[in-house]
Amino acid sequence: MVLRMMISSQDIRETLGGIESLSGQVDRLSDDDDLFDKGLCSFGSVQLMLALEERFNIEFPDHLLNRTSFATIRAIRSTVTTIVEPVDA
Amino acid sequence: MNALAQMSALAERIAADPAPGETIPPEPILAESRLPAPTFAERMRRVAQVAALHADAVDRDGRFPAEAVAALRAERLLGIQIPEALGGEGADMSRMAEVCFSLGQACAATGMVFAMHQIKVASLVTHGAESPWHRALMQRVAERQLLVASATTEGGIGGDLRNSLCAVEAEGDVFAFRKDATVISYGAHADVILATGRRHPEAASSDQVLVALTSDQFTLERTSRWDTLGMRGTCSDGFVLAARDVPVAQILPKPFAEIAAQSMLAASHLLWSSVWFGIASHALDRARTFVQAEARRRPGTVPPGALRLAEATSSLQAMKGTIQGGLRHYEEAQGSPAALGSIGFAIALNNVKTTASTMAVSIVQVALGIVGIAGYKNGTPFSLGRALRDVLSAPLMISNDRIHSNTANLLLVQKGGGTFLGA
Ligand SMILES: Cc1cc2nc3c(=O)[nH]c(=O)nc-3n(C[C@H](O)[C@H](O)[C@H](O)COP(=O)(O)OP(=O)(O)OC[C@H]3O[C@@H](n4cnc5c(N)ncnc54)[C@H](O)[C@@H]3O)c2cc1C
Repeated sequence: MVLRMMISSQDIRETLGGIESLSGQVDRLSDDDDLFDKGLCSFGSVQLMLALEERFNIEFPDHLLNRTSFATIRAIRSTVTTIVEPVDA
Repeated sequence: MNALAQMSALAERIAADPAPGETIPPEPILAESRLPAPTFAERMRRVAQVAALHADAVDRDGRFPAEAVAALRAERLLGIQIPEALGGEGADMSRMAEVCFSLGQACAATGMVFAMHQIKVASLVTHGAESPWHRALMQRVAERQLLVASATTEGGIGGDLRNSLCAVEAEGDVFAFRKDATVISYGAHADVILATGRRHPEAASSDQVLVALTSDQFTLERTSRWDTLGMRGTCSDGFVLAARDVPVAQILPKPFAEIAAQSMLAASHLLWSSVWFGIASHALDRARTFVQAEARRRPGTVPPGALRLAEATSSLQAMKGTIQGGLRHYEEAQGSPAALGSIGFAIALNNVKTTASTMAVSIVQVALGIVGIAGYKNGTPFSLGRALRDVLSAPLMISNDRIHSNTANLLLVQKGGGTFLGA
C-alpha cells in the first residue's frame, strides 16, 4: 500500500505560527519570502525543524538540515514532502 | 649561584642552540600540508623573528605591533589569500593557519592581528567575487597590503554575532552607517573595516548585511581603551564607527547569515585556534627546555616536571589533531554551500573553538606549573606571564558558553551516523 500525505502550505504556516521569532508575521508571508530575512534566527530554525518533525512524525536527515531547506515556506514544503511522500507501508 | 640562576644559565646555553620557535622553522600544523616553498617558510620566519623581538614591548606598552605588521607587509603576507587573478597568492586556510601558529609562538597579539585580518579577507574572497567593487577592494588589499579590521561586537548586543542594533540607512545610491562598536581590534590602524548592521532601519535584528568601509570614509570616535590582561597589542579599543555617503555597492551582496555560516565562523574558529596553538606550543617548548636543563643538571634521574610535561604534550597533540581535523573538514566542504551551511559542519567547527581554547589555557597553566617561579617571573628565558595572560582571552573571544549553547540548540536536530575517517 502506498500512503500519500499531501503537505499544503497552510500546514507549514500553522507550524510557523508557533515560532516566536516569526510571531505575528505568518499571515503576511508569501510562499517565497526568505524566512531568515523576516527574523528567523538559528534558535528559531531549530525550533521550527523540531515542530515539523513532531507534526509530521518525520526525522530530517542531516543532509537536509541546512539553511536552504528551511529558507521559505515553499522550500519547507518541498523538504517535508521529500521525506513523507511516498511512504511504502 | 642559586638554583634559579643556575637554571637560567643552563637554559641560556641550551638557547645558544636554536631556541624553540625562533630559529628552527616551525613544524607545520598539517603534516601533509602543501607547504612547498621554503620561500614561504622563510617569509613567515622573518616576520616571526621581528614579532618576537618586539613582543614584550608591545605587551608592556599595550601598543600596536607596528614593526611586525610592517614585516607582514614587507613579506606581502597580508594579501596571500586573495586569488591570483586579483594579485594575491590564493593561499588556502591551512597555509594561513601555519602563519597564525608561527606568529602565535612569537607574539600572540601579532598572530591575532594577522588572523583577524585574514578572517575578514576570507569573507571578501568567498562572498565578494561577483561584486565589482569588492573585487577591486581585493586587488587593493593585495597590491597595497591593506589591513582589514572587523566591527561585529556592539553595545547592547555583545558577542552575539548574528544580531545587530545598528542599521544601514540608504538613500538612493549611498548609505549612512553608525555603530557603537565596543571592540574593534587595531581599529585605529585599519585601512578597511568590515562591519555588520541590519539591512535597513526596519529590518529584524538578525536580518544583517556586511559593509566594507575604507579609512577615507569612516570616522572613529574612541569610547574605551583596551587596557587588558592580555592580547594587549591587538589595541581593541571601543569606537563609535560612523560613515556617510558610502556607495551601496560596498554592501556585500550576500546576507550576513550566509557569510557567517559559510566563511566567517569557520575561518575565525580555525585561525584563532591556530594562534592559541602557537601560544600553547611556545609555553610547552619553554617547559621542555626547563625539564631538559634539570635532567642535565641531575643525571640519572627523571625530573619531576617530566611527568607533567608528558601529560601536557599529549594534550598539545590532541589540540593539534582537533585543529587539523577542522582544517581538513573546512577544506573538504569548500565550494559546497550545502556542506558549509550544514548543522554538522557548524557543530564541528564550534567544537574546534571550544576545545582548542580550553586546552590552550590548560596547557599553558601546566607549563607554568612545570617551570615554576622562573616562569612566573618576567624577563627570564622561561617567563610565561605573557603567554598565560594572552591565552586567557581564548575562552572569552566569543564566550565558550555562548558557543556551547548554540551547539546545544543544534544538537536537538542533528542525527548520528557519522563516519570515523570522513568528516
Ligand atoms: C583579543 C580580542 C579581540 C577582539 N577583537 C574584536 C574585533 O576586532 N571586533 C569585534 O567586533 N569584536 C572583537 N572582540 C570581541 C569578541 O568578538 C566578542 O564579542 C567578545 O569577546 C564578547 O565579549 P563579552 O564577554 O562581553 O561577551 P557577551 O557575548 O556579551 O557575553 C557576556 C557573558 O555572558 C554570557 N553569555 C552571553 N550569552 C550567552 C549565551 N547565549 N549562552 C550562555 N552564556 C552567555 C557569557 O558567560 C559571556 O561571557 C575581540 C575579543 C578579544 C578577546
